[in-house]
Amino acid sequence: MQKKTLNRLLTFLIAVSASLHSYANEPSQGGESQEARKKEVSEYVKHHNLDTHDFGLYSYTDDHGEEHHVGFPLPIILWTDGLHVFSSSKFHHGQEVVESNGKYFAMDTHTYKIYETDASGQLHYGEDGHHVENAKPLDLSITKSVFMIFVVSLMLFLIFSSLAKSYAKNASIPSGVGRFFEPIVLYIRDDIAIPNIGETKYKKYMPYLLTVFFFVWFLNIFGLTPLGINVTGNIAITTALALITFLLTNLTGTKDYWLHIFDPLGSSMPWIAKIPLYIILIPIEVLGIFIKPFSLLIRLYANMQAGHIVLGSLLGLIYIFQNWIAGPLSFGLSFAISLIELLVALLQAYIFTMLSALYFGFASETHDHADAHEGEVQHL
Amino acid sequence: MEKLIGEFSIGLFFWQTVLFVLLLLLLRKYAWKPILNAVSEREEGIRKALLSAENAKREMENLQADNEKLLKEARAERDLMLKEAREIKTKMVSDAKEEAKMEADKMIVQAQAAIESEKKAAIAELKSQVATLSLEIAEKVVKSELSNSDKQLKLVEDMLGDATLN
Repeated sequence: MQKKTLNRLLTFLIAVSASLHSYANEPSQGGESQEARKKEVSEYVKHHNLDTHDFGLYSYTDDHGEEHHVGFPLPIILWTDGLHVFSSSKFHHGQEVVESNGKYFAMDTHTYKIYETDASGQLHYGEDGHHVENAKPLDLSITKSVFMIFVVSLMLFLIFSSLAKSYAKNASIPSGVGRFFEPIVLYIRDDIAIPNIGETKYKKYMPYLLTVFFFVWFLNIFGLTPLGINVTGNIAITTALALITFLLTNLTGTKDYWLHIFDPLGSSMPWIAKIPLYIILIPIEVLGIFIKPFSLLIRLYANMQAGHIVLGSLLGLIYIFQNWIAGPLSFGLSFAISLIELLVALLQAYIFTMLSALYFGFASETHDHADAHEGEVQHL
Repeated sequence: MEKLIGEFSIGLFFWQTVLFVLLLLLLRKYAWKPILNAVSEREEGIRKALLSAENAKREMENLQADNEKLLKEARAERDLMLKEAREIKTKMVSDAKEEAKMEADKMIVQAQAAIESEKKAAIAELKSQVATLSLEIAEKVVKSELSNSDKQLKLVEDMLGDATLN
């Protein structure tokens, strides 16, 4: 049995290498020089990480030099003097101007952003050649990222509501896919929420911690598929998540939490001595309130974005060099990086959840807890 | 930084916030609360089961100890009873022996008394018979003696001779 599988694998590999060989014998594809191809790859990777208005699976150029896009369009929702709703297929990937309710819209193919134009669809570029000076409508389109948020939300809802139901049916023992997710839920409760927030107050933060962990983790994993999904590597997404952590932290903050910020030294020294210190300390503490969520949003954004860029660039090496050494080498490297990214996907979800729990812990601290931290000024 | 702000899409931010909050509320109601409740109920159940198992074990141990104690007591009681029985037996035997001996002594004394009285009666009887017999003999002798005058004279003379001597 094993021998048979091995034989099949070998046959497959020989077939693949044979086809690769024929491919390698063809003249170089794409850009003429290595320099030009490098630029092409860099542009491609940059575009790949952007949010788009349609769900593109892949694109190719046929023998006649015509570009084909395989995927499906998504609805575009714009607001400028009224609502404009139409399908993204009308743009033909940024090549055509769309008329809706007497307004004309065109898409900038560099940033995939939609601008208001005249009937000719002319975009006016600024001095740097990239910045578009046309008016921007309020774009509430269901983009690829929004679509993926829908998909992941639906998945999460189905998985965890079925897990919740399986308890009733199966005498408190999870069944199906819940068997895999239940330990993770318990891990978040026992090793993230309880140690950081405390036994008495962790319950009210649990729904957020669990949702944010699975939401980020699932989207990170989707980002590793070759579909070009980069939701958690988008600054708007991480900002929205960090903003919720920020609001939850500060809206549930106890008296001791605010006292810790505006009177960090407490009764450890006379008030007269505190004045010069507080001129520095209080701004730092107040700044800390904002730096904490800011570090969250930048950390997640940068890690996911960087992972996509590294993977994209490594795969691009095949295209840039087009030879027998760079091909397998970049394949091996990107395979290794993919494995690391798989870990990073989980790790970043964990870190986001962990730090959120830590901040909630600060916010819900009571006086006994604050005593344990006495003398500790920095909480960043 | 400018690039970051340029990449920031208000639409995406809006959808993310709305959808995430919606997801959070839905999951909280239909998933997290039931899951966490079920899990903590299960944990409570496990803890209770473990506790009751521990209790049952302890009770079992207590029972066993009780049994052991009862057995020991029973054994001790048995030993005691055996000992008592043995004592009673020896006592009874010795008592019986004593009594028999006493009875025998009494009987011997009575027998001796009876023998004594019989002997006395027999002797008395013998004496009376000897007296009667002696009288008869004496009568017979006197009769024969006194049948001739010579002999009577002689006897008187002998008696007188003795009397002078005295």
